[in-house]
Amino acid sequence: MSLNLKPNIESPDDFYQLLTDAQRDLSDEDANDMNARLVLILANQIGSLNDLQEAIEIAK
Amino acid sequence: MLNTYDFPEFPYVQSEDQISGQTVRHPVVIVGGGPVGLTAALDLAAQGIKVVVLDDNNTVSVGSRAVCYAKRPLEIWDRLGVGERMIEKGVDWKLGRVFLRDKEVYTFDLLPEDGHKIPAFINLQQYYLEEYMVEACDRNPLIDIRWKHKVLSLRQYDNYAEIAVETPDGIFTLEAGWLLACDGANSDTRRMVGAEFAGQFFQDRFLIADIVMKADFPAERWFWFDPDFHRGQSALLHKQSDDVWRLDFQLGWDADPEVEKRPENIIPRVRAMIGEDVEFELEWASVYQFACRRVDQFRHGRVLFAGDAAHQVSPFGARGANTGVQDIDNLSWKLAAVLRGEAPIALLDTYHAERAYAADDNLLNSTRSTDFITPKNGASKRFRKAVLDLANKTEFARPLVNSGRLSTPTPYLDSALNTADGGAWKGRMTPGTCASDAPIVVGGKDGWLLDQFTGGFVLLALGVEAEPVDAGAFTPKVVTLGSSFDDPKGLVSERYDAEEGALYLIRPDQHISARWRRFDADAVKSAISKATAGAI
Ligand SMILES: Cc1cc2nc3c(=O)[nH]c(=O)nc-3n(C[C@H](O)[C@H](O)[C@H](O)COP(=O)(O)OP(=O)(O)OC[C@H]3O[C@@H](n4cnc5c(N)ncnc54)[C@H](O)[C@@H]3O)c2cc1C
Repeated sequence: MSLNLKPNIESPDDFYQLLTDAQRDLSDEDANDMNARLVLILANQIGSLNDLQEAIEIAK
Repeated sequence: MLNTYDFPEFPYVQSEDQISGQTVRHPVVIVGGGPVGLTAALDLAAQGIKVVVLDDNNTVSVGSRAVCYAKRPLEIWDRLGVGERMIEKGVDWKLGRVFLRDKEVYTFDLLPEDGHKIPAFINLQQYYLEEYMVEACDRNPLIDIRWKHKVLSLRQYDNYAEIAVETPDGIFTLEAGWLLACDGANSDTRRMVGAEFAGQFFQDRFLIADIVMKADFPAERWFWFDPDFHRGQSALLHKQSDDVWRLDFQLGWDADPEVEKRPENIIPRVRAMIGEDVEFELEWASVYQFACRRVDQFRHGRVLFAGDAAHQVSPFGARGANTGVQDIDNLSWKLAAVLRGEAPIALLDTYHAERAYAADDNLLNSTRSTDFITPKNGASKRFRKAVLDLANKTEFARPLVNSGRLSTPTPYLDSALNTADGGAWKGRMTPGTCASDAPIVVGGKDGWLLDQFTGGFVLLALGVEAEPVDAGAFTPKVVTLGSSFDDPKGLVSERYDAEEGALYLIRPDQHISARWRRFDADAVKSAISKATAGAI
């Protein structure tokens, strides 16, 4: 497994707040749309098909 | 309907075989005079093989069918002497626009690489394509096309197939040493041999309309997701020859094909797409449902499947005829060698191996496009929306937009006919790949590299001394840089990674079979042996 599953996010609490704040006023529909866009943006940052496949497996 | 094109009516002639009442055995009988059967006739005849073509109809393809032809099939048709006319009549295009609702998301340019004889794509109605090929067949004394000959039944024996054929004069029997089943997606032959044809049916319907209009839309491919004029579905606009335009409307699974086909229902849809005041005439319209399937084995005894009879794909990506013609490119030199007793029948099994592999690649591409265009559930709909929203703003999401991946040849990378590389190579010309074209100079005149690769195996020597190699019927023609041709632009050298010298063995279908940095007659011989299933 090459995916980093050790803590790697800078300031976890700040990140979590950013994420939930961004969706605080959104309907489920809009939040889901935003999550889909976010998945794609982050996937592009990762790039490696292998890593993405591992991430999808873990998320399932 | 249909007022830009007069359909030829080919004459029915009762054959000598039927008149005599004697059962005649022909070396090759081709069932079906569509693009694939006609290409097979021309390609086999080009190798000196006599063929009989049987078609149950007496004209060319009627209605809205193939439009878009890719470089590789055009190269094959060019080799067979019919490509130039198609390219001349066809519409050259390279720009595609993708819209979401009424906004342009992005534009793509096919950006074809310079220095190729044949364009990346042309658009041309299928009936022209077939008409040109029928004319070329009629000029060839080795080709005997028999119109209004329908194959009714088939029985296989050890070394031939027997078929019953119905004509306006009744039913008679013919024998075929080899039978090429090019009888289309609903192949009767496939049923007769009991072959399986499994795959996926898409629960969706499409209205395909061809219209005539003199509007100044550019010759570009326009694709809409969820357009304002056709909410919740997709639509396509593409130019053909003679001011005919192909329009494509996704209708959904619940649409009633009979109702949708009525002009009073089509015309408002067309107006909504092209504008209220653009004048047009409806040329042809039909409602289609698509499937992605392939036959279990391309060879069943003496019957060889090719084209839609062997594989059916959705039209997104223009793969049907394009890939069918490449089946023939692969098959005809192998069949000709087997017919002449130069190669074992095992060579024909490599036809299945290579073309089933290509068919699976095409099916995969075509299924992926169909899944993007018609998402199967809420989650994939959501991801598609995300892709399209982002594609407008950012570059990274654009390669994810899939409105059809246009057909390119599938390299036979794992084929048993390839000889593996010995050292390290740069570029695309790995064994199993279709040889690249490049501009050259031959005898003081401008020419093309691919035009040198004809008449069997070729040994292409680039900065390497190559001697003639005796391989019997498969003795390669030696084409040498510096003496056979010159490469003033350096593109041959670049595309074939020849700076340190390179020697390529090229198959009769212009695919790379092996390559070396220096000449070794034994290595060349054993590569030819491998590429012909042990013929030498
Ligand atoms: C809407 C649409 C758009 C398309 N767009 C493209 C595109 O842009 N590019 C592309 O490459 N492909 C495209 N295709 C696919 C393309 O039309 C087919 O792949 C192509 O026609 C297949 O050629 P074929 O010779 O295998 O079969 P066919 O064209 O179906 O020909 C089969 C022939 O066999 C004859 N026949 C059938 N049964 C018998 C019998 N029992 N005895 C004697 N003769 C028989 C038929 O009369 C017919 O002439 C499109 C298809 C559709 C429907």
